[in-house]
Amino acid sequence: MSLQTVKNPHPPGPPLPKGEGGARRPPPAAKDASQERQKRMIAEHFQRLERAREEGRKVVYTFVPGNLTEIVGALGMLPVLPEINALQSGMRKKSAGYIAEAEKAGHSEDVCTYVKCDLGMLRSGNVGPTGTRLPEPDLLLLSYTGCFTFMKWFELLRQEYHCPVAMLHVPYQAEGKISPEMRQYVVDQLRDKVIPMMEGIAGRKLDLGELSRRLELSRRAEDDLVAVWESARHRPSPIDGYFGGVYYIGPIFSAFRGTEDAAAYYRELRQEVEARVARGEGPMTPDGPLAEERFRLVVEGPPNWTHFNDFWRMFSRESAVVVASTYTRVGGLYDTGFRHDGERPLESLAEYCLGCYTNLSLPARIDLLQRYVETYQADGFLINSVKSCNSFSAGQLIMLRELEKRTGVAGGFIESDLVDPRYFGKANIENRLQSFLQMLAARRERSYA
Amino acid sequence: MRCVVGIDLGSTTTKAVLLDDDGKVVGRGITNSRSDYGVAAAVAREEALRAARFALLERAVEGLGEASTLTDLLREAFLLETYLDQLAELRREILALLAAPWMAQHRSALAPAVTEILDRAEDQAPGLFAAAGGRRSDFFRDLAGAAYMAGAELVAERDGAPFDRVLALYDRAILNVETRLMPHTFADLLRRAAARVRATRSSGDAAADVVVLRRVVDEVTAEPIEELSFVGTGYGRQTLPFPKEAIRSEILCHGRGAHWLFPGTRTVLDIGGQDTKAIQVDGGGVVTSFQMNDRCAAGCGRYLGYIADELGLGLHELGPLALEARKTVRVNSTCTVFAGAELRERLALGQSREDILAGLHRAIMLRSMSLLARSGGLSNEFTFTGGVCKNPMATKVLGELVRENYGDEIAINTHPDSIYTGALGAALFARDDVRAGKPSGLPTFAEAAA
Repeated sequence: MSLQTVKNPHPPGPPLPKGEGGARRPPPAAKDASQERQKRMIAEHFQRLERAREEGRKVVYTFVPGNLTEIVGALGMLPVLPEINALQSGMRKKSAGYIAEAEKAGHSEDVCTYVKCDLGMLRSGNVGPTGTRLPEPDLLLLSYTGCFTFMKWFELLRQEYHCPVAMLHVPYQAEGKISPEMRQYVVDQLRDKVIPMMEGIAGRKLDLGELSRRLELSRRAEDDLVAVWESARHRPSPIDGYFGGVYYIGPIFSAFRGTEDAAAYYRELRQEVEARVARGEGPMTPDGPLAEERFRLVVEGPPNWTHFNDFWRMFSRESAVVVASTYTRVGGLYDTGFRHDGERPLESLAEYCLGCYTNLSLPARIDLLQRYVETYQADGFLINSVKSCNSFSAGQLIMLRELEKRTGVAGGFIESDLVDPRYFGKANIENRLQSFLQMLAARRERSYA
Repeated sequence: MRCVVGIDLGSTTTKAVLLDDDGKVVGRGITNSRSDYGVAAAVAREEALRAARFALLERAVEGLGEASTLTDLLREAFLLETYLDQLAELRREILALLAAPWMAQHRSALAPAVTEILDRAEDQAPGLFAAAGGRRSDFFRDLAGAAYMAGAELVAERDGAPFDRVLALYDRAILNVETRLMPHTFADLLRRAAARVRATRSSGDAAADVVVLRRVVDEVTAEPIEELSFVGTGYGRQTLPFPKEAIRSEILCHGRGAHWLFPGTRTVLDIGGQDTKAIQVDGGGVVTSFQMNDRCAAGCGRYLGYIADELGLGLHELGPLALEARKTVRVNSTCTVFAGAELRERLALGQSREDILAGLHRAIMLRSMSLLARSGGLSNEFTFTGGVCKNPMATKVLGELVRENYGDEIAINTHPDSIYTGALGAALFARDDVRAGKPSGLPTFAEAAA
């Protein structure tokens, strides 16, 4: 769901024209310190994974939404996130081959392409994003937070790896709120089933003091991340909360929540963003800083990974910036007030799992989108519907219509896929997006002469 | 004359519309998009300019008594001259192909056959452009192709000329001819047309009087047509030689154009060659929501084109034939290629062509209904545009489906010139630009080789 080893999130683009507004783009060497830090963190994590077997460290495969990284870390284990490997494969142009490999094994064209990409990668030697072979899992930690494909995915991995599965069942937020019973149900599972099973694999007891320490580090990072999200209230927004946002969620949605590294990363990122606000700067794009902010958008649905920069440029070249996105909340929804809490370790972990965006009902998703449209004063909202996702694409048109009705802001709809390049029709998507943006511009003028 | 220009570069045809200051259409042009969008845009615009000059001509000959007859005669003669120029170009192209060294062994068999075919086409040309000529297409490719095919069949049957090789020459040559702009100016062609009209009229005919004609022709060709602003749209719009500000999405242009034609319109369905668009507009013609087909273009114009090819029919023949259906065969395949297979299978089972065609028409309109529903449905006046709305069966089925799904209250509009809706919308945007004092820089169009 987030990024690990992206070569350069802000690759150098063509120099801006000199003259008016003529600050030239800083040379590529002037990379943000937070980017360098994230890159280093990721490299070190994969090195640790590479050494895991020789060092006798246990490896847990798990999912981004509802991950229990602080527990994994407190038990001295290392997490691997197959979703992230899949999206990385998409960005590195490996996913088409992996998907073909999975289809050869009999998986149909309509199966979630993250799953097929992951299975294909496994069958092709399980070489991870940094080019080293990933260790096999000692445990599949399946926290179920709304995506029913997760269960089938780990069922398939269990057949491949012959290792145990620890399942955490997180009740769906059908009524749009978390009841005390729901929280207790998750806490009971953690205490009675999941943690004991993890302890058995790790070969040691969970140190609750260590867990609390990690949860406090999480809270600090979460505070800073929320400040980053909320910076998009400014005009121009100093961040792109979707394309840029997927880089920002990198550490906290993957192996680093609850670490000193992550806390330092988010503090640094927040300072950089605040400095951009102070300088009145817009967000970075693949072609350098965005010079003008013409459209402020809210986006629902993940980005396409196989053509990530092409997709991003379709927005940035039209001077469209995404001020908020729900995709960057799938691994944790912090800007509605939730924080991990060292004083209430299991309770707050339960609330975290229950509150992931993937676990929200359709009306709750609409409420959240409405809140984003209003808070960030968006000109429009856009849904990127994922072809192979049968879980979250359902109901998106209802969301679109309802949001239009509630906010009076126009909605747009495009379709692509996570990591199957066959479903990215560049000309079609670009055509729709340009039409959508031109529609917003025309509506701004209200009517023609 | 001052005007603005809208160009819609579709996947199948390219259209141009010229609007005057009052928003009145003064000229329209259409051509097939070929493999060269630049040439297609230039040809469509040139045709629209010629149409605008014919509008001027009509004004100039008003009061000459048989004014309308004279305009018609000149127009027919003009089209004929244009066609003959292109035929001559085709002949040059084919002879050049024959002159290639690798054709040496076939030259003696092919050269006389081709010469006879093209001579026949030239001889028959005046009939094509006479008032009752009944041309089935306005595109040189189609007209010349039909004439060439007829000639090729004749010489093959009579003299045993190698039919495939004869046709292959045409297929090769036409690509070059249609992607080359003809060098003749409007003035040249009109003068030649006037000479042709004079030659065919009796000497006592006032309107065909040499002096009158010369005056009219000079007047019309001398009047400057000032193109103040251009806006481009359509599938190939990015390839048009327009600055970015002068490019508009076809969604906006179709919505705007349809609303201009029918101001009560709130929903527009446009079915073109490869796109189906369902568009909602507000009272000012501004798009509020839209849906488009994605990943699959079954159900668009090309689907009908494919079916026509399968049946060996012309595209324009499909609708009328389907109207004769006694029942509607259910066609299940949503894939164009599979629908073709289903068509052959059903024919083999003895079902009538008409009944199957009715089913195919219903299948494509059902796909449009789904897009319409997803765009927000129908609640008011509804306008159907694009090449497919020329098909009478498509409009009939659409009407039935609209009534079934949305009741009898929805007014459905179609316009005889609806194929120009996108170009019209583009021209309206160009007019806005002029009014707002930001005329687009004039683009550089492809030019004829000297």
